[in-house]
Amino acid sequence: MVELMAQSPVSSRLPLEIGGVTLALAEPGRVTWVAVRDDGALASALEEEVGCGLPTALRSTTASGLRLVWHGPGQVLAIGALPSALAGLPMTDQSDGFACLALSGHGARDVLARLTPVDLRGHVFPVDGAARTLLGHMTATLIREGDAAWLCLVPRSMADSAVHDLTRAMEGVAGRATL
Amino acid sequence: MRVRGGHEIDRRTPIRFTFDGRVIEGFQGDTVASALMAAGVRLVGRSFKYHRPRGLVTAGSDEPNALVTTGQGAEQRPNTRATMQEIWPGLEVQSQNRWPSLSIDAMAVNDLVSPFLGAGFYYKTFMWPRSFWEKVYEPAIRRAAGLGALSGDSAADRSERAFAHCDLLVIGAGPTGLMAALTAARAGADVILADENTRPGGRLLSERIEVGDEPGAEWAARAAAELAAMPNVRILSRTTVTGAYDGGTFGALERVALHAAPGAAPPECFWRIAARRAVLAAGALERSIAFPSNDRPGILMAGAARSYLHRWGVTPGKRVAIFGNNSDIYRTAKDLSAAGVEIAFVADTRPGESGKGDWPVFQDARVVATRGRRGLSGIKLDHSGGTAQLRADALLVAGGWNPAVHLTCHMNGRPVWDEAIAAFVPAPGAVPGLIAAGAAAGRFSTAACLADGVRAAGEALEELGYSLRGRPDLPEAEDAPYDITPLWTVKAPGRAWLDLQNDVTTKDVRQAAQENMTSVEHMKRYTTQGMATDQGKGSNVQALAVLADATGRGIAATGTTTFRPPYVPVPIGAMGAGARGEGFAPRRLSPTHAACVARGAPMIEAGLWMRPSYFPRDGERDWRESCDREVGHVRHAAGVADVSTLGKIDVQGPDAGRFLDFVYANGMSGLAPGRVRYGLMLREDGHVMDDGTAARLGDAHFLVSTTTAAAAQVMAHMEFVQQAYLPDLDVAFSSVTDAWAQFAVAGPRARDLLDRVLDRPVSWDGWPFMSCGDVSVGGVPGRLFRISFSGELGYEIAVPARYGGALFEALVARAEDMGGGAYGMEAMNVLRLEKGFLTHAEMHGRVTAFDIGLQGMLSAKKDFIGKGAAARPGLLDATRERLVGLRAVEPEDRIVAGAHLFGETGSEGYVTSAGFSPTLGGFIGLGFLRNGPERYGERLILKDRLRRIEAKVDVVAPGPFDPEGGRMRG
Repeated sequence: MVELMAQSPVSSRLPLEIGGVTLALAEPGRVTWVAVRDDGALASALEEEVGCGLPTALRSTTASGLRLVWHGPGQVLAIGALPSALAGLPMTDQSDGFACLALSGHGARDVLARLTPVDLRGHVFPVDGAARTLLGHMTATLIREGDAAWLCLVPRSMADSAVHDLTRAMEGVAGRATL
Repeated sequence: MRVRGGHEIDRRTPIRFTFDGRVIEGFQGDTVASALMAAGVRLVGRSFKYHRPRGLVTAGSDEPNALVTTGQGAEQRPNTRATMQEIWPGLEVQSQNRWPSLSIDAMAVNDLVSPFLGAGFYYKTFMWPRSFWEKVYEPAIRRAAGLGALSGDSAADRSERAFAHCDLLVIGAGPTGLMAALTAARAGADVILADENTRPGGRLLSERIEVGDEPGAEWAARAAAELAAMPNVRILSRTTVTGAYDGGTFGALERVALHAAPGAAPPECFWRIAARRAVLAAGALERSIAFPSNDRPGILMAGAARSYLHRWGVTPGKRVAIFGNNSDIYRTAKDLSAAGVEIAFVADTRPGESGKGDWPVFQDARVVATRGRRGLSGIKLDHSGGTAQLRADALLVAGGWNPAVHLTCHMNGRPVWDEAIAAFVPAPGAVPGLIAAGAAAGRFSTAACLADGVRAAGEALEELGYSLRGRPDLPEAEDAPYDITPLWTVKAPGRAWLDLQNDVTTKDVRQAAQENMTSVEHMKRYTTQGMATDQGKGSNVQALAVLADATGRGIAATGTTTFRPPYVPVPIGAMGAGARGEGFAPRRLSPTHAACVARGAPMIEAGLWMRPSYFPRDGERDWRESCDREVGHVRHAAGVADVSTLGKIDVQGPDAGRFLDFVYANGMSGLAPGRVRYGLMLREDGHVMDDGTAARLGDAHFLVSTTTAAAAQVMAHMEFVQQAYLPDLDVAFSSVTDAWAQFAVAGPRARDLLDRVLDRPVSWDGWPFMSCGDVSVGGVPGRLFRISFSGELGYEIAVPARYGGALFEALVARAEDMGGGAYGMEAMNVLRLEKGFLTHAEMHGRVTAFDIGLQGMLSAKKDFIGKGAAARPGLLDATRERLVGLRAVEPEDRIVAGAHLFGETGSEGYVTSAGFSPTLGGFIGLGFLRNGPERYGERLILKDRLRRIEAKVDVVAPGPFDPEGGRMRG
């Protein structure tokens, strides 16, 4: 018999604050990849059970303790406890597949704009917006949690590189403020 | 010389910097150029080829002469244009391309032999012997002719890259750009206003122009302030838009912090701007006239002189002469005279024209000679009334304006010749979504620019569906006609320069034409006209005119050369900012990374992954000792290897089996739940793509494993197959490579080892070879697979990645107790070589299933990707190079991957993998050999001519160890 201790996906010390932007490791709990077909019935079952429907492209929906993130055509990431409305669909536990980094503070958008080509302007990427895109050279899922609060899901194995790239971008943005 | 005024400078803040070691004092806001001019420094650089003394010519990014180096060591930046570099306390500036000093340059001897160094000189001279070009001529020429040098120190990677998005990108913040930005911003559009200079205003800062009832500079400041206060506007100052690319994407270089001492801020930022529409309001660039000896320090553009005067309060001389073919000459004389500068004369090339003023005006005038080696001292003039020799320390030339059409040509557009202004103007629609306006479109008066900015923004907004609210009122401004009578060259004895940076003269262009380089592109390459770092901004059109004259075709018919990005030089350090180390390629770390490093394992790259090479122990002298020991762990006790990096794809859905049947060459749908099968995937062309296993976890649930190297390729391939070929199948899949940590546990005592960590023991009968199922490790749900890549009794155990580090430590500690331990990539390689198992060293993209002896796996009962192509006769030819095993004959002989196998006919094959087998006591390998499997028992010569290795090898069946597989199957 052994006792296995869980390990953080990042080796550096987080949270890290540079120039008013904070990078922290978020612990989103259970992350499940679900293959969905939006046939209307599923959306209304979800609506009824947890109070949020299926996300449309480039958006996420939230309800108590659950966030459903658009993850490509026919794919949703369910962050939080799985509602029974999703039962029976093809799904894969990805709780350990991603490292979830939280970037927040005035200037967080500028930091991300150094790494991702996605349009982050409010009317294009509003709160609850979500995109599968690039963060530097990494695939990432970006979710806008608040006006200046973002989640970046990166492959767990690349978490240290994501922290490296984000830290560098934060230093650049903070450095500009010294001029 | 410093005079009154200057919008840019703050006279309360003097700043000292050095130029070639000499301390120069300027003011906050000065550029190196303006400060040098104020200090009376006229000689600022040497030309590229003849090392001619040169001075400032422009006040902007089109400067051809004043290239300097700033900083030292890692901070050294060569080829900085002095006109764009603002000064800061302690800035060190060095001149370039001179030795031993700027005023005494030994290489100026080139100028004495210049009659021999004209166009085509290199092509004609350095022809033979052929090998001399690379070894002798080119290095010598490069030393003699050149720009600034890098220090050789690794530059700090402090710049940054960034992305921006907007509805309207306005390029240039002169009167046109400001009006366009105001129009769009007030209508509610997201606007980015990018401008090269320190502050918006463009020519309004360089001229005495009223806009409305206030000075143009003040109007510009007010407009900029209004824009800066709007949330939908981003003003990027010190930012040059460098290129126009597909889909409304623009590159731009921002000089973020080059105007200040190095600090925390990134020196530069390379922007990629995605704009739905763009307005090109980049203005126009003034051109010179090619008259004899027109390259002396002190001869510069009239418009630049007005910039220096109005922006920085400096003038290029005490007694200046003015020469030109349009009315700018009188504006220049008035402005400088008002600042207290003596005007030696105004020479108007046009007959019958004469502006008023307290200075001599010559009509129908030509400058035919100038004097002064290191700085202008005198001018000789032909004019309607005869000739004149006059003293002057500066000559300001107004040859007309070229609209800055460059960006409109970046997507293959060709500018159009406009006879009325004797200049090329942008072809409409040359870059989709980009509208040229103002001076960039050939509309030169201030009133026309202001109106055109509104017009261009209006067109863009209409296309974007904005209603034009708050359209700005057009202020009153000068609307003088642009009355140019073109004059390109002065026909008189002496060298008349076109491209100052590359030392191209009118004679060079004529000679090119004479030697049949009559196409403009040929002329460019033959003479190097326009090929310097300024891309001939100030000289191309004159050169075309000379070529047109020499060929008798006219300028419109001659056409232009191609303008390509970038508009200004972009340092690689900016374009590639952050692309170093992990920023170049992310490092993928397995959950055991820290544990492996703690054990001293050298980590090697496998794709993006870092994997342990071996685990050294005290007393081991080299990697081979460690590797041999680790092989022994697996063969005699139990070894533990991290295989988390292998690709894992979770495949689900009722049609999962059918789907896998189509992507794998062998059948998968018949696999029973709880069972694992080895599988082979082919590419569409019938060659092997990857191998791996498929484990059936449930009726509608498979787990596919791929090699580490091909994981992404296989995933992309499966997505393509699903979307393109099998969209109707009910199947879904997701990569779980990162989600699971997985370890090979192998060796005669593997089961014993597993039982020490699992919550329930592994029963022998319950886990036969190629079975899989769920297990529990310390309460953590995991998966167990009875598979082997070592030929021993082997399992792979998987747990969620967060527990991977802990499980690895637990397994390794217990294995060590049992006389085993961790093993790395080296031992893994030896173990599989002993068994003849394949990796991508063998499946290297050019081999078929037939070549590796797996033709039998290609199912005859179903269709699959690559089936038809794999059956092509040429791919089933027995004489193909096919997989064989190799053994060194002599115990001391090495087999090395990459070596060739020589038989009677020469090279008949090659080695793909090799290693020392401690189990078999000698080197073994895998390779490909013509008719391979038919040649077991033959003896061949192995040769590696790079490493000078030669050895006798025996051809054997792959996998000499335990060929029946009894140890693995149990």
